[in-house]
Amino acid sequence: MAEVRLRKVVKRYDEVEAVRGIDLDIADHEFVVLVGPSGCGKSTTLRMIAGLEDITAGDIMIGGDVVNDVPPKDRDIAMVFQNYALYPHMTVFQNMSFGLRLKRYPKAEIKKRVDEAARILDIRELLDRKPKQLSGGQRQRVAMGRAIVRNPKVFLFDEPLSNLDAKLRVQMRTEIKKVHQQVRTTTVYVTHDQVEAMTLADRVVVMNHGVIEQVGTPHQLYHDPKTRFVAGFIGSPAMNFIPCRMEEANGSLAVRVTNDLAFPVPPARAERYRAQARNGKLLLGLRPEHITEAGPHLEPGEVPFEARLEVTEPMGMETLVYFGLDGTQVCGRVNPNAGAREGAPLRLAANLNNMHLIDDATGQVI
Amino acid sequence: MASVAATAGRVAARPKYGSMSRDRKWALRWSYFFLVLFAAFFLLPPIYMLITSLKTSAEISAATNPWWVYHPTLENYVELLTSNAYLTYFRNSAIVSVVVVAMTMLISVPAAFALARMRFWGSATLATGVFLTYLIPETLLFLPLFKMFATFKEWTGIELINRWWVLLILYPTLTVPFCTWIMIGYFASIPKELDEAALIDGASWTQTLTKIFIPVALPGLIAATIFAFTVSWAQFLYPLAFTTSADQLVLPVGIITSLIKGDVFNWGQIMTGALLGAAPPLIIYAFLMDYYIAGLTAGATKG
Amino acid sequence: MVDAAIRAPAAAAARPRSSLRRTMQRKSTIAFFMALPLILLIVGLVLYPAFYSLHLATLNKSMERFVGLSNFTFLFKRQTFWMVVQQSCIFAITAVAFKALIGFIVAHFVHNIPAKGQRKWRGMLLVPWVIPPAMSCLAWLWLFDPSYSAFNWVLALFGIGPIPWTGDAYWARFSVILVNIWIGAPFFMIMYLAALKSVPEQLYEAAAIDGASWWQRIWYVTLPMMRNIIAITALFSLIVTFANFDIVRILTAGGPIDMTHVFATWSFRVGIEGGDIPLGASVSLFMVPILTVAAVFILRDITRRGSEV
Repeated sequence: MAEVRLRKVVKRYDEVEAVRGIDLDIADHEFVVLVGPSGCGKSTTLRMIAGLEDITAGDIMIGGDVVNDVPPKDRDIAMVFQNYALYPHMTVFQNMSFGLRLKRYPKAEIKKRVDEAARILDIRELLDRKPKQLSGGQRQRVAMGRAIVRNPKVFLFDEPLSNLDAKLRVQMRTEIKKVHQQVRTTTVYVTHDQVEAMTLADRVVVMNHGVIEQVGTPHQLYHDPKTRFVAGFIGSPAMNFIPCRMEEANGSLAVRVTNDLAFPVPPARAERYRAQARNGKLLLGLRPEHITEAGPHLEPGEVPFEARLEVTEPMGMETLVYFGLDGTQVCGRVNPNAGAREGAPLRLAANLNNMHLIDDATGQVI
Repeated sequence: MASVAATAGRVAARPKYGSMSRDRKWALRWSYFFLVLFAAFFLLPPIYMLITSLKTSAEISAATNPWWVYHPTLENYVELLTSNAYLTYFRNSAIVSVVVVAMTMLISVPAAFALARMRFWGSATLATGVFLTYLIPETLLFLPLFKMFATFKEWTGIELINRWWVLLILYPTLTVPFCTWIMIGYFASIPKELDEAALIDGASWTQTLTKIFIPVALPGLIAATIFAFTVSWAQFLYPLAFTTSADQLVLPVGIITSLIKGDVFNWGQIMTGALLGAAPPLIIYAFLMDYYIAGLTAGATKG
Repeated sequence: MVDAAIRAPAAAAARPRSSLRRTMQRKSTIAFFMALPLILLIVGLVLYPAFYSLHLATLNKSMERFVGLSNFTFLFKRQTFWMVVQQSCIFAITAVAFKALIGFIVAHFVHNIPAKGQRKWRGMLLVPWVIPPAMSCLAWLWLFDPSYSAFNWVLALFGIGPIPWTGDAYWARFSVILVNIWIGAPFFMIMYLAALKSVPEQLYEAAAIDGASWWQRIWYVTLPMMRNIIAITALFSLIVTFANFDIVRILTAGGPIDMTHVFATWSFRVGIEGGDIPLGASVSLFMVPILTVAAVFILRDITRRGSEV
């Protein structure tokens, strides 16, 4: 059994609390991604699981055993570092077999495991080379091979793709996913890139300032964020947050955005929001993909309006349009043929079925 | 809850794991233990020099506990510091060292600048040559130099042997190569954009050197100066070979040859003399330790 | 740094040629004059004497006649000469080996303690190197004194008889090596400490996760990463130790019965004290082959340094 459990884990450096009491359960075979901006504590948490940092308070359990004071080599874990940390004076084969050689595994067994890992990662022809002869992507694969060969309880990845260029990153993402499908080891993966989180994870843990904001599947985080931070962190381009007021007229609710523009709230949401009518500090959260060009037929919940476009960014498969609503810059995604031109008005439709209402004072999604 | 009880049970049953905090504590204890041991070994002789220097001759020959001073006295210090001979040695050493330092910097810094930045025929060979020169020991050169100076006297009548200022010619051979080497390293690490900006601003090469490189590479200059001073002050072979009369001697040779009269060693004074002789480098080291160390490591780890 | 000098000309050559050739020439001449004192110093006071030494070695004692290689053959027949060769090698190799070992161990311990304390320990441990060797040799001479040795006084407390530190030939050899180690180990410590700090921490972390104990980490990570610096420092020290003069001269003056003489001290005895400069020069020249071999290795290592990332 290789589940990982964190109970009220705290990490303090002098007066600064980098990790402020987190609880997390990671099931066996699960691929969990810790994601968040720099300084949120995700790397520190990972390093505490690895045993490279001391735990100030709380417990970490791997496979049912409390491992707070256990040195890394006894925790049966493997780690892939951001800078690969390959031993420069050893060949790829020696790098990958180092852990097994230390434990005095028989040569035949070592060779079998290294060959198997090299096959999975497609690096068999690199086995005799030294790290300095390899490209970044190859080095990263060797680092992963070193982890696979150990056959540990848990894989730990510390921002492994950050040093690669954009294209390579996309490629390696897929590789990692394929490896996980084959090898099925419990994995804890740290990144600041929410795209990596969404594409790789079984569950995503969003962290901010040392605490967990939300844990959920990518789908849950995308459609059902619980806090403003999560709502704005997941999804690219980021969700729009438009200051607004709730209005009630004749029994129906509407979200007033500017003096001229109010979006009627779909009936399905009306109950949830009725209590907010008196709340002055509200934000309307609407993803750019839910603000599109207004077509000839409008679905229920889609509200048309017109806006003068300030900036357009043609992306090929779509065009991003930016416009202002009472001083707030809003982003929408329209069809490339919608006739979007900078400085010209365009008829847009906002799909309020996907709206989120956020209390600006607490940062909570209502 | 059941899982908590289960984990509690597991904690008790895992004797095969190590303990990080215990390992770390022991590592620290062993480290300090050995550091104290080695520090004692390294500091023993200087401390012993101090102890002996505070003893009277009577106490020394009485062969009481050599590690403790029963009747501390400053008479050794007073005697030496008022002795003309000793003060002459000190003065000679001081003058020679300071002048050599100045000469060394005047030779090394422009040369290092030229080698690090400007190109001329043979500059690459010269840079390697400078380094190799440092490897030629003075113990190889002192005899031919002795003969050369003797011959020089025959040709020109200028007496070079047994004059302290001959050391001014000799010491730079020891200090200049390494100082040049240090400075090349520091100069080379200054980004090229700086000299290009200076050129555009209208500076000549010498101005670039004095107004930009020297200020920016100041730590390197200080390190090189300290090195040159320390080497000059501590020199033993050249003065021993080339100076013999009492008034021409520098400190290392002076202490040894004059305080040891025949078979009688006045150890109290010898130790005092040695301690005072070791004082200038030690004082510089105490105040400028980081530059001192930078000078040492510059040769091997820089670049 | 040699490659910095080599790279500089290449970069300079890349400047636009549209600048006047005069500028190039002017820069070259200025550079040449800046380096001229250095060149004169090296050629006149280092290279010339070195070659002159070769010439001197072929003269007779009064330096009037050319006698070819008879100085060398004379030396080959002297037993003292072979003793000097043997002692010089033993002295240099043993001393350097222990200096490197002690330097490495101490550097490790200094590296292990928290950073705030490192500075003052480093300061204390470097003292032997800072004190002029001539002065510290006097201290050791006094510590080794036949009648008043402070060491013997302590040993007597344990009932161990007085040791003739400089009186007995084999003890004298030991003492000379001991003092050389005492003076030189701090230098190695400083060098190795700097090198230890340059090994990336992540390699140790990876090794720790892979299951390496502390000595395995030293063997598989630290030593290979420090291979270059270890080699360069050792070779440097070999050259310097081999040519050492001060310690032997002051402690034992080459005795007893000439058993602690190294090339430098014997050449001084023969050349200056014995008045036979050509013979002394011949003795010194025997250092050259060994020094050259060491220098070649150093050069090779320096240009190869930094190729591993």
